[in-house]
Amino acid sequence: MALQYYLILSALLFTIGVIGVLIRRNAIIIFMCIELMLNAANLAFVAIGRELGDASGQIFVFFVMTVAAAEVAIGLAIIVSVFRHRETINIDEINTMKG
Amino acid sequence: MELNPQQLVFYLFALLTIGSAVVVVTIRNIVYAAFSLMVTLFSIAGLYVFLQADFLAATQVIVYVGGILVLILFGVMMTSGSLDLKLKLERGQLFWGGVVSLTIFGLLLSVITNTPQWENVDIGASQEPTTRKIGEMIMKEEYLLPFEIASILLLVALIGAALISRKEVRDE
Repeated sequence: MALQYYLILSALLFTIGVIGVLIRRNAIIIFMCIELMLNAANLAFVAIGRELGDASGQIFVFFVMTVAAAEVAIGLAIIVSVFRHRETINIDEINTMKG
Repeated sequence: MELNPQQLVFYLFALLTIGSAVVVVTIRNIVYAAFSLMVTLFSIAGLYVFLQADFLAATQVIVYVGGILVLILFGVMMTSGSLDLKLKLERGQLFWGGVVSLTIFGLLLSVITNTPQWENVDIGASQEPTTRKIGEMIMKEEYLLPFEIASILLLVALIGAALISRKEVRDE
């Protein structure tokens, strides 16, 4: 398959993630949408890396996965902590720091 | 239009990826969304195999499906009083969200289509596993320092997550 197909698929996946972040109000769903966006970027990395015959793209994906794992661990800890204090994870109701 | 097997497999995985991603965004039940995300992650692993990135496909399944998704499911269980949450959309939110995301999509698409064709490096003979190459690049060559920093980052995240999510203990 040509590179363009993979890149278009990646762009579509990224856009779906952006839509999810913008329209959903549940913090965990927003989390999943961020994972979708990270995966879209990873897919583009791997596709371009194969096209150029270079394994560096795959190594970047490897590091992105590491950071994603760290991000999920911290993020879910924060969400659980917020839920304990506020009894909700609807991000419209968690606006104490709003100016 | 004739579809050779290669194209058929690609379109199958692409359809699976996009379809389940749409379900993640639109479905109301949060547990179903998590399981739909699992389908997305699995089909992206399939695409990695298709791109001759066997090591990454295995890592994707282990880290994302085995680790991150399980963590998300735990988060769902610990936070949701009711699993069925209302998908209430304000009209303005939907409108502006659609505008922003369609703008981003258009931007990406224009970049993709206007980029001159990449030089097709012929890597037809590269059927050997990529694990060895990745391992050598990480441990011997220029990616050793980022690798070590990533390990420290993971340690910091681990300690931080344990600290943030524990119950508060008051000093007597």
